[in-house]
Parts: sequence; structure tokens; C-alpha cells
Amino acid sequence: MFFNCSDPQMLAGLEWLACYLTTGKHLAFYGSFGTVLLLLAITAPISLIFGFGGAVAARSHFPPLRWFGKTYTSVVRGIPDIVFFLFFVIALDQAFEWLRHKVKCPDWDQPIRQGNDFVVCAQAKLPLSSAPQWLHEGYGFSLAVLTFAIVYGAFAANVLYGAMHAVPRPQIETAEAYGMTRRQAFWRVLVPQMWLFALPGLSNLWMLLIKATPLLFLLGVEDIVYWARELGGMKTRAFTFPHADWRLWYFLGLLVFYLALTKISEIVLARLTTRLTHGQATLGGAAMQKAAAR
Amino acid sequence: MSCLETIQAYGLRSLGIGERLLPKSDFTLCEHFTLIGSGMIWNIYFGVLALVLGFFAATAVALARNADNPLVRKPAQYFIFIFRGSPLFIQFFLFYETFVLLPKVGIDINLGFVELTAETRWLTRAWLGALIVLFLNTTAYTAEIFYGALRSVPRGDVDAANAYGMTGWARFRRIIWPSMLRLSWPAYTNEAIFLFHATTLVFFSSFPAWQQKGDALYYANYFADKTFNPFIPYPILAGYFIILTLCVIGFYGIINARLNRHLPRERRPRLRIRPQIIR
Repeated sequence: MFFNCSDPQMLAGLEWLACYLTTGKHLAFYGSFGTVLLLLAITAPISLIFGFGGAVAARSHFPPLRWFGKTYTSVVRGIPDIVFFLFFVIALDQAFEWLRHKVKCPDWDQPIRQGNDFVVCAQAKLPLSSAPQWLHEGYGFSLAVLTFAIVYGAFAANVLYGAMHAVPRPQIETAEAYGMTRRQAFWRVLVPQMWLFALPGLSNLWMLLIKATPLLFLLGVEDIVYWARELGGMKTRAFTFPHADWRLWYFLGLLVFYLALTKISEIVLARLTTRLTHGQATLGGAAMQKAAAR
Repeated sequence: MSCLETIQAYGLRSLGIGERLLPKSDFTLCEHFTLIGSGMIWNIYFGVLALVLGFFAATAVALARNADNPLVRKPAQYFIFIFRGSPLFIQFFLFYETFVLLPKVGIDINLGFVELTAETRWLTRAWLGALIVLFLNTTAYTAEIFYGALRSVPRGDVDAANAYGMTGWARFRRIIWPSMLRLSWPAYTNEAIFLFHATTLVFFSSFPAWQQKGDALYYANYFADKTFNPFIPYPILAGYFIILTLCVIGFYGIINARLNRHLPRERRPRLRIRPQIIR
């Protein structure tokens, strides 16, 4: 970049480091931090939607829907999330291919599972084997997003279900006394008020989500863990930039990245809590009123 | 092979006892259940040891975090922040790389009058290396829970202890510590459940499964890779973990009942889902 990097053997000291840190692979490594942030930015709202759906289903008066909601919210507590990750990535992929297979090749007579193989017709493959590379990567990434959203949606459902119960009962009764229907009371009174009660749980969940992002590596996405292992490994003379086993330093870098992300989130969430507590009929809100009056 | 023979051959496979070769094809349901169940031995080993050791360490760290002296408080604060603020997955990688870089023969520690050799060769093996990481991790999480409880021990309890002339160790052992445990128990139960879940990460981070002796997820993944069918091994694993979670809740529930035995029945806190204190 800034120096003449064409002949790394001749470089030394800082110049060598500057050239080393701006190689193509390193730029891809820096880009993968973006992948992680992108995953967080996409997954958080989707899991919130899944969570809201789950919580509403768990409160439903229609038994099968309620059973579904209850199962969805409770199952993540008993089973490690990594099991879901490994399961859903294959299961979703196979489910999509099977659906496409049913639609696109109705006259296919062979079984789908042949021994240890999962066979669908060529037109049903996802993505098509002729598709460009970015489509393959994008498909892998969206499978990962969907998996994260399903698992963390269940956690969010847990939190929101608790929050809906935490809204003081008289609030709903007042709404009903004004002649609101159940639906109106839910949307106009319960939902706006529940966020304060959900916030501690949701901020915890956000931290949990941050800490789950390295698992992208297990789902086959080229994320920061993949690049840290790749770049940190021992490089012999055959490589342009030979160096010893530096994986420890790369992982230290990742550690610092995650600690910074956590710290920033903590600060932002603390501000958000203060803002939401304002004027609420809770102990925190009362304390703020008192502080303002003084 | 009948199911009984399978259990004999693979029941302790995760410890290296029994048949050496894993089944290669035509997997039966029995093989699934046996091997994955055999892997659960490691999950329980990691979970139980880390929890037991972590419990005492966490009490110490929580007290240090609550200390007035900044020389004691600050290190505890940083320890908790680093281990709670970063992913366990990264911690596994980081520690493994550190352990690998340590010299294989051991480190000589010269104490002046006697020379000690610290064994480092076991550290790269999962049974010790991963246990250390899990131990440190759960210590940090538990210490934060205990610290929160320590701050909310009722003032009156401590005043009463002071009035009786209790100080130092006696006051801590008989008044503060039981209250701290009682208040933190629901959150601590949660932590224990999630620690058991975290044990599945061991063989998926960098610690190698030596001679295919792995944990339950390692074997479940083995089957799923071979058959390309996730619908059998993972639900079996899930079933095992639900049973394990129920056992953990049951065990912690007994202790919870004992910690709260002096309270009137309706005021006793029940162990149930606390969404705001997910790990």
C-alpha cells in the first residue's frame, strides 16, 4: 500500500509488518469482521420477530398453537444451542431442496434417501451447481441467519412472554373498562408497556447473541475465526510472508474485538434503560422523578 | 450384533474401553443411542468438575469483587469482565494455542531451595485443558451472580450478627454466606444448566478428540456426517440433554429447598425460568 510490497524478502521491521497486514487475505480477514456485524444486525430484528410470534403463540387461547408456542420457548432451555446450529443447517438445507424437488421434478421415482446419500434432481439443488460463487456463499450465510434467528427467537420468546406477564394487570383492566377489545388492549396497552420489562432480558440476549457469533465458523461461513486460524498458522519459507505460529496473537485480537463490542453494548443499553424507565410506574421511574425534583 | 453386544462394545467407547473402530455403515438405532450416551460421560465429567471447583473459586472472586481495597477489587473486576465479555468459543481457541506454545517437557520452576517441574504436556489434552477453560469461565459467571447476591444480603441480617458480636469468618460463614447462596440460587441453577450445554463446545473448538474419544455431540456429529441425516442423531442427543437438564434442576431444587427451609412455605422462591438471567 504505502510501501513497495512487491518483494517481501527485502523488507524488514515496520515496513514488513505494514505490507504483511495489507495482503489480500488480511483484507478479507478485516472484511469478515463486517460479516459478523452484518449477522448481528440482520439476526437481532428477525429473532425479535420470531420471539414475538412465539410469545403470542404461547399466550394463545387456541390449544395447538399454545402447545407449539410453549414447546418452542421451552425447548432451547434443555438443549445446547450448538446442537440446534448443527441440526438446522443441514435440516433446513434438506427441507428446502426436498420442497423444490417435489415442485420441480414431480415424476422422479427414486427415493430421496439412498443409503447414506440425500439425492434430489439436479434442477432442485440449492443453489444450482451452475450458480456463481457469491450465490453459494450468500446461501450459506442466509441459512446461518435463519438458524440463529430460530434459536435466539426462542430465547426472545421466553423473555417477551415473561414481560407480557409482568405488565401490571390493572393496566389491562383499565383498557377493558374503556371498552377496548382484547386485540386493542393487547396492541395499545400491553405491547407498548412490555418493552421496559423485557429490556433486561433482551439486553442479556443481545450479549448472548454477540457471544454466539463465532459459531458461524462451525456453520461453514468464512468468518473471523476461520481467518484467524488460517492466517495465524505457521508459514514456512515457501510463503511470501513466512512467520511462526501466530494464532495466539490473532485470537487475542478477536478477544479484544469481542470485549470492545460487549463494552459498547453495555454502555448503549444502560442509556436505553434510563430512557425507557423515564416516567414509568416502577421503582426505577419513581427514583428518577425524585432525583429530578431535587 | 444384538443391542446388548453393541452396548458392551461401545458403552464406554468415549473412555477408550471396548471396540476400537467406530461403526462405519448400516448404523442401527442402538448404536446411535449407545455411542452418543457414551459421549455424555465427558459432558457430565466437564460439567460436574467445573461446577464444583468453580463454586468455591467464585465465592472467593465475588468477595474480592466486593472488597474495599482496589488492589483486590480491580483484578476480580477485570477477570469477570474478560471471561463474561468474550465468547467461550474464542476462550477455548486462545487457551489451546497458549497451551500448545508451552514447552512439551514441562517448565522448571526454581524456588531457590527446590526445583519443581510443572507438567505441561496434559494441558493440550481436552480432559485437563478444556476443564481449565470451563472452570475459569463458570467461575467468572458465578462470581458475578454471587456478587449481585452479596450486595443484596439484607442489612438487618448483618446488623443482627454485629449485635451478637460476630465478626470476620464466623459472621461470613453463618450469616452472609447462607443468605448469599439463598438469594443467588435460582440464577446459579441457570448458570449450571448452561454450563452443561457449554461442554458440548469442547471438541468443536480446537481441542482434538484423541483416538475418537469425544463427547456426545462429537458422536452425534459423526453419525450426521456419515449418514447425512440429521434427523436421528441430534434428536437423540437432545433427549439426553433434556434428561440431564431435568437432573440438574432436580438436584439444585433439593439444595434450594434446604437453603430456604427457614422461610414460610409461600415465601420460598421456586426454581423456574428466569429469562432475564440467561447466561
